[in-house]
Amino acid sequence: MSTNVTIHHGEEINNSTGVSHKKLLMWTFLGSDVMFFGTFIATFMAYRNKSLNGPYPEDTLNIPITSVSTFVLLMSSLGIVLALHYLKEAKMGLAKFWLLLVIIMGIIFIGFQIYEFSHFAHMGMTPQVNLFGSTFFTLTSLHGAHVSLGILWLIFLLINEHRGNLNSGNAIDLEIAGLYWHFVDIVWIVIFALLYLITANDGVPPGSIPWIGGH
Amino acid sequence: MSSIAKPKQFQLPRIFPRPKSHKGLWYWLATVDHKKIGTMYGLVAFFWFLVGGIEALLIRLQLGQAESSILSPEVYNQMFTMHGTTMVFLVVMPLSAAFFNWIVPLQIGARDVAFPRLNALSLWVFIFGTILMNISWFVGGAPNGGWFGYPPNSSLGFNPGNGITYWVMGLNILGVASIAAGLNFIVTIINMRAPGMHMMKMPVFTWMTLITSVLIVLALPILAVAGIQLTADRIYGTNFFNSEAGGDPIFWQHIFWLFGHPEVYILILPAMGIVSEVLPTFSRKPLFGYTAIVFAGIVIGFMGWFVWSHHMFTVGLGPAANTAFTITTMLIAIPTGVKIFNWISTLWGGSIKLNTSMLFSIGFIAMFTIGGLSGVTHAASPSDAQQQDTYYVVAHFHYVLFGGSIFAIFSGIYYWWPKFTGWLLDEKLGKINFVLMFIGFNLQFGPMHWLGLNGMPRRIYTYTEDMGWEDSNLAATLGGLIIAIAVLVFLGNVILSKRKKQNSGGDPWDARTLEWSIASPPPHYNFVEIPKVKHIDDWWYRKYPELLEGNNQNIKKQKIEVEDSSNVDESKIHMPDLSYYPLIIGVGLTIAALGVMYTFALVTIGLIMVFWGSIGWSTEPVNEDSKEHH
Repeated sequence: MSTNVTIHHGEEINNSTGVSHKKLLMWTFLGSDVMFFGTFIATFMAYRNKSLNGPYPEDTLNIPITSVSTFVLLMSSLGIVLALHYLKEAKMGLAKFWLLLVIIMGIIFIGFQIYEFSHFAHMGMTPQVNLFGSTFFTLTSLHGAHVSLGILWLIFLLINEHRGNLNSGNAIDLEIAGLYWHFVDIVWIVIFALLYLITANDGVPPGSIPWIGGH
Repeated sequence: MSSIAKPKQFQLPRIFPRPKSHKGLWYWLATVDHKKIGTMYGLVAFFWFLVGGIEALLIRLQLGQAESSILSPEVYNQMFTMHGTTMVFLVVMPLSAAFFNWIVPLQIGARDVAFPRLNALSLWVFIFGTILMNISWFVGGAPNGGWFGYPPNSSLGFNPGNGITYWVMGLNILGVASIAAGLNFIVTIINMRAPGMHMMKMPVFTWMTLITSVLIVLALPILAVAGIQLTADRIYGTNFFNSEAGGDPIFWQHIFWLFGHPEVYILILPAMGIVSEVLPTFSRKPLFGYTAIVFAGIVIGFMGWFVWSHHMFTVGLGPAANTAFTITTMLIAIPTGVKIFNWISTLWGGSIKLNTSMLFSIGFIAMFTIGGLSGVTHAASPSDAQQQDTYYVVAHFHYVLFGGSIFAIFSGIYYWWPKFTGWLLDEKLGKINFVLMFIGFNLQFGPMHWLGLNGMPRRIYTYTEDMGWEDSNLAATLGGLIIAIAVLVFLGNVILSKRKKQNSGGDPWDARTLEWSIASPPPHYNFVEIPKVKHIDDWWYRKYPELLEGNNQNIKKQKIEVEDSSNVDESKIHMPDLSYYPLIIGVGLTIAALGVMYTFALVTIGLIMVFWGSIGWSTEPVNEDSKEHH
């Protein structure tokens, strides 16, 4: 038996689809995360208009302010596309610039969220106060946790880029982080549409007498 | 690319040196070898199988006679809760994972899974999750809300201790482990098949692993959400299941069973994969209807998502919902039936060898069919109204989960044991093991059918003499003791056979799939040369090429030996190095989960460990000697 064959445990050797393992892992993970967010969103929708007491969405939500942070987050998706594009073209200065901008935009979004949460708390809306509070805060804070994790990841990649360890040869690492980032943005589009835009004018649930409760 | 001088990759300074030796405790703590990880999954899960079995025995001893007082009502509640939770999450799932780990890379001709360190992470998170959940026994009482944890019974108002919180945190930690493993196996199976093995040439066990992994990856997040919501209710006072604030406990039932029904297929599909390997091997003919069995598995995995409300027929969802879920539940019997008929047709006309593994597989078919048929009886919502929450349901799911999953797992243990170890288990003791288990199982769970139909409810800790349930319950308890003896016989078999060490060789069963084409136990790199696959059951047709020409008479076995790995220059083989970071992340996650219940300081410590582990992990090279592989 010939023993001079070099044997590698590496993905290039044994890859049935041509898609790298890491990328396939990220897509599969995102499928899993869809179920995670989907269940929280379903919870929110199932409990919409079921709070027995205020504050209601119409008392608390501020669509213009959240529109600004939404815009910033969505633009960051464009930013990461450009960061990847320039990384692949080995234009390192532009690549680093855009990646830094994406990180800053992510931090701005989180800043808005912190402001929003503390503002809500000031108005008496907490996770404990009613169903709207419980469902709203769990969903948005877990989304915020996803964004924060993404920011940490991108910072790590930016450091690597700066040190020369991330370059056009292994741009796939940024591409995968980009997949995650886009996904988190897309989830926010759903959250913004359902939790903010559709819900914004929900007040006292129709047909209920607020001080007694019921349907 | 490699000619360009690269800046030195940043590496997190190490507190402990990276283990190098392939021996000793350090090796086992830091291994990334899928076979070692599979072994640890198996050992830990078998330990919990014994624990869960003792819990079951205590339940049976308590119910053996009317009005006995071996267990107090409070402890009884903890026993049945932990028995169910243990057997589902700490036994059947990880025992399946043990087989996934050991067998899948060997069956598809790969050197390891796609992400060896992620695989180690799954293992450690799983192990610490099991410990976390069972700490509850010693700090104020184990979980007592049933394995389904329905609020408001599991809400703080009715259940003030920490037991339920431990249960939820434990499940969430185990969920992380399962999802990570599921992702890993999906990528491994899709991406690491040997050249020529396209999807419809994969062994059925690998197929069922793939379907199971997809279900795990999609179903476990739903349980995580339910768990987060219940934890938030209990710890932070949110209102998800708090009816005083308009929350709806029925909503928990919906999400729990939306997870819970795919979960039962997560438990049974690997078992179906195991018997689909064992039956053709010992019938010495190909699996009947390979394509049908694969597609039936896919259909089961898909339709498993549309049946959850059959757990809720008596909740009062209304006739439309009950009818719809009756229909979908009955439909799912069709692909299951397809499989059963295919297995029977595989046996038909084969040269059947009735060894222990085969007996367990045939036992599986029979017992699973009984369990499936009783399942159809409560798929019909009117008849389920009579059966709901009675021992009839207990009988049903033990026939599918014990008579099904556990029988198949024992079949798999006897089948693959020589591949794991290089020596055979004793056949005589094996047959005693099977016969005792078969008798004990039917004696324990058979009478529960009529106990249930006579109205004995589940989860009661005792009953009075005048109910007429004593004889059947006593029989069931005796059955439980016989099962316990069968398990002891199995352990004895392992110990005695280890002493004898009857060498098995690489291919003791003259089997069909690639894992038998290499030495037993396999070298750590598995295949000296990655095989090139031409057929389903490629190894079989390499041994019997005449069968491909339609010649069924006087077949001669080709002189073909399993791969000889004794003269391989191992320095030419680059396998991933050991890594202890998965272990650190596992410990960190568990500490953080404990902290959620007690103090924020622990959460901080845990998260710091997770962060440390993650950074260390992502900056260490896979191989210390080959820098190009990042």
